[in-house]
Amino acid sequence: MSQTPLIQILFLSVGLFFIGMYGLLTRRNVITILMSIELILNSVNINFVAFNKYLYPHQLEGLFFTIFIITIAAAEAAVAIAIIINLYRSHHSVDVEDANELKW
Amino acid sequence: MDASLIIFYCIAAFILGAAFLAVTSAKIFRSAIWLLFSLIGIAALYYWMDVQFIAAVQTIVYVGGIVVLIIFSIFLTHNANDNMPKPPVMRQVFAGLASLFGIALVLHLVYHHSFTKPTGAALNGDVANIGTLLISTEKGGYALPFELASILLLAAMIGCIVIAMRKGSANVNSVE
Repeated sequence: MSQTPLIQILFLSVGLFFIGMYGLLTRRNVITILMSIELILNSVNINFVAFNKYLYPHQLEGLFFTIFIITIAAAEAAVAIAIIINLYRSHHSVDVEDANELKW
Repeated sequence: MDASLIIFYCIAAFILGAAFLAVTSAKIFRSAIWLLFSLIGIAALYYWMDVQFIAAVQTIVYVGGIVVLIIFSIFLTHNANDNMPKPPVMRQVFAGLASLFGIALVLHLVYHHSFTKPTGAALNGDVANIGTLLISTEKGGYALPFELASILLLAAMIGCIVIAMRKGSANVNSVE
């Protein structure tokens, strides 16, 4: 593995994933939680591309997975922002602690 | 150590630094801008890995689309100058410990895993090849997921309009 920088790229994506995880655990604002989820999705994309590029260069599955993940992330972000705007309209806040109607 | 590895370390430091500032910055608008820089760094990493099409998609969809959506929603819901309340120290400590433990565990697993060497000749991953496979209906083609993604995007678009529509404003002319 000294020829290809795969292991360094994996270290980078692990770091990015857990930075996103830290944000997900500490923040209580819906928009910043959404940003942390975007970081996590991006670290997964880096992994797919790196494995495709350095371990399985004879096929293109990793690239296609990345393309479809980006598509679905775009749809997810759009729906999430519609929900955030609706939440702000009904609660005048985007803090997850304030949206507790479903809490038992 | 050759030049391309030094460039990689610069890109990696940029991505991780911007991502860390994005999750710790007190002002939400700054947080969104740091997220933007982190995503640009990831696009640079894709260029470094020589997958230009993914880099272009990353730049267009993430940097040009999702971050702009996030900034729109920040301006619709926040006063961009306000500081967000700081998370309690205990939560920061435990979240940091959980993340560090996760990093240590996964790095240990990755470091001691022996990856198999690639077999077979490298496939041409340029845009023409990707485009042909994306709408190919033969074996190994991606026409079905491509069409499903288009249905998903249509459903998301309609869903966004329905969710964000104000109650009773379906008829725009009847607003008092």
